[in-house]
Amino acid sequence: MSGKTLYDKLWESHLVKQRDDGTALIYIDRQLIHEVTSPQAFEGLRLTGRKPWRADANLATPDHNIPTTKAERSRGLDGIVDPVSRIQVRTLADNCRDFGITELDMNDIRQGIVHVVGPEQGATLPGMTIVCGDSHTSTHGALGALAHGIGTSEVEHVMATQCLIQKKMKNMLIRVDGKLNPGVTAKDIVLAIIGEIGTAGGTGYTIEFGGEAVRSLSMEGRMTICNMAIEAGARAGLISVDQTTIDYIKGRPMAPQGELFTKAAEFWKTLVSDADAHFDRVVVLDAADIIPQVTWGTSPEMVAPVTGVVPDPDQEKDPSRADNIRQALKYMGLKPGTAIKDIQLDVVFIGSCTNSRIEDLRAAAAVVKGRKVASSIQLAMVVPGSGLVKQQAEAEGLDKIFTDAGLEWREPGCSMCLAMNADQLPAGKHCASTSNRNFEGRQGFGGRTHLVSPAMAAAAAIHGHFVDVRDILLEPARA
Amino acid sequence: MKAFTVHTGLAMPLDRANVDTDFIIPKQFLKSIKRSGFGINLFDEHRYLDKGEPDTDNSQRPLNKDFVLNQPRYQGASVLLARENFGCGSSREHAPWALDDFGFRVLISPSFADIFFNNCFKNGILPIVLDKELVDTLFKEVNAAEGYTLTVDLPAQSITRPDGSVIHFEVDAFRKHCLLNGLDDIGLTLEDAEAIKAFENQWREKSPWYFTAA
Repeated sequence: MSGKTLYDKLWESHLVKQRDDGTALIYIDRQLIHEVTSPQAFEGLRLTGRKPWRADANLATPDHNIPTTKAERSRGLDGIVDPVSRIQVRTLADNCRDFGITELDMNDIRQGIVHVVGPEQGATLPGMTIVCGDSHTSTHGALGALAHGIGTSEVEHVMATQCLIQKKMKNMLIRVDGKLNPGVTAKDIVLAIIGEIGTAGGTGYTIEFGGEAVRSLSMEGRMTICNMAIEAGARAGLISVDQTTIDYIKGRPMAPQGELFTKAAEFWKTLVSDADAHFDRVVVLDAADIIPQVTWGTSPEMVAPVTGVVPDPDQEKDPSRADNIRQALKYMGLKPGTAIKDIQLDVVFIGSCTNSRIEDLRAAAAVVKGRKVASSIQLAMVVPGSGLVKQQAEAEGLDKIFTDAGLEWREPGCSMCLAMNADQLPAGKHCASTSNRNFEGRQGFGGRTHLVSPAMAAAAAIHGHFVDVRDILLEPARA
Repeated sequence: MKAFTVHTGLAMPLDRANVDTDFIIPKQFLKSIKRSGFGINLFDEHRYLDKGEPDTDNSQRPLNKDFVLNQPRYQGASVLLARENFGCGSSREHAPWALDDFGFRVLISPSFADIFFNNCFKNGILPIVLDKELVDTLFKEVNAAEGYTLTVDLPAQSITRPDGSVIHFEVDAFRKHCLLNGLDDIGLTLEDAEAIKAFENQWREKSPWYFTAA
């Protein structure tokens, strides 16, 4: 009999009840809550007179819909200009109070994007099952937790029962062998993976990411990769636990401390796929082949290396794919054969649950330091993932580097990744964005998104068009 | 949840792969704290020529007459014929809420994104997966014949075409049971409250580090 995958182990350890019809009740250790997908779930509890099964398993923070300007934030909830947003953020606060759930509210220093806050606070631990009414919950799989996004009905279900009804997924391993070239990041790895397997390639699977290039990444890089598992169609992404994972958790406020930590860490070390585990599908990439990636279309799979060109639909043999390319190019206002480096940009967004952690900001700051944002760029903004990331960045002087270069330094939140708040990409404008989705209208009605790494976005801000960040890194150091 | 047994309705083709949940319901409408009223903004960015906002009077907005939803022959459609990977992207349940509120009861596609697929069943919508070739054929038939109506019979797991021919489809037994009876998942799960408590107790014993309060 073959060994078990990490996913098999996490599934089995949380199995409450296997039903005859193939579904199962899975126990949930942690639910993260934000303002957008929770109000209807709380309302459901109220209407049925139900209470949270375990209030202390939940942690809430507003992120999707809150303003990122100091002016609005400094006046608290009443300061939120958009009345509809204000009601939603206030509703989260009211619900958390009524149901005894801890909320890191809008101006708490620990507030931020749920997927940044969970790991940062130690609310995300290896071996946990984690859910959140947000598809990017896959992020937490980087710590060896089984984490995935759910809908609002399921948010209510988990609140009321501490369980989720699930069917076991299949196992996929994506192995990235060898070493990454300088200037190539976790974001480039995951974009290259999505380019390879497509946005539905992981549907029905839990994807474990492995191989030397993944194992060599920091926890933050691993989070970037698992974050975008959903863009490959997989609800959950995973990375086996190692010393990097355990070192990351040690000392975090909500993580176990002292002897309990030592015991937990011993258990966490078993959270790896066995050497003889069976995967239903294995995909192998060579890290040396990956170069900085840029999306040119309206789906994350529409991606090319920065040295490449926009594809020609007439060269595509599959008629339905050719149609997709035509639709995308029409929306993006791009011509086939255009060099990626010739795409002119109007806006730069550095932030989101994919790339707003301290290492992302350091990478962007290293590129813009001592330089100026190109005059053709109308808006370049940096939105840290949490209040603590912001504080750390300011302690390192990164905010000064950004503002000196002409980038705006904002308050933490989801911001222009999904543009629910005032941070919107205007119609027809091209944006170099470190976020995760380039769908039509995602960053603003008619806006044109290009997904890239933080270093690539920073380089694009300086030049006004895409450049190969590897060339910049070769330039002489600046003051 | 409302029950689903047999539904007969006009089919509407949406000939586009990878329709994401931003396409189905744009983010500005997610600020609502209610779960109804989203139908008027279904496919908003394609259905209207201008940008919609939550407080806009939609009856005054310019319609995109080329978009399939606005074509006279598809008025009253309740069966949506879709392409691969329908519902990809965000987990927002506002997407099935919008489809339901508009009046769609059945979705037919070669494939759906996992979270969206799951969310449909929680809202009385039946998503049906059929072979790509068969979906291609249905697209051709719908385009060719105005008033193309399908009858979807969940107990029999069958779709009857206008010519009387029958297509069989698969559906998960548990989901079928819940849809047929309009069952509330939470109530069902709470019937296993003892099993959940027993699991929780042994898990707490074994892994106390997961039970420190957030």
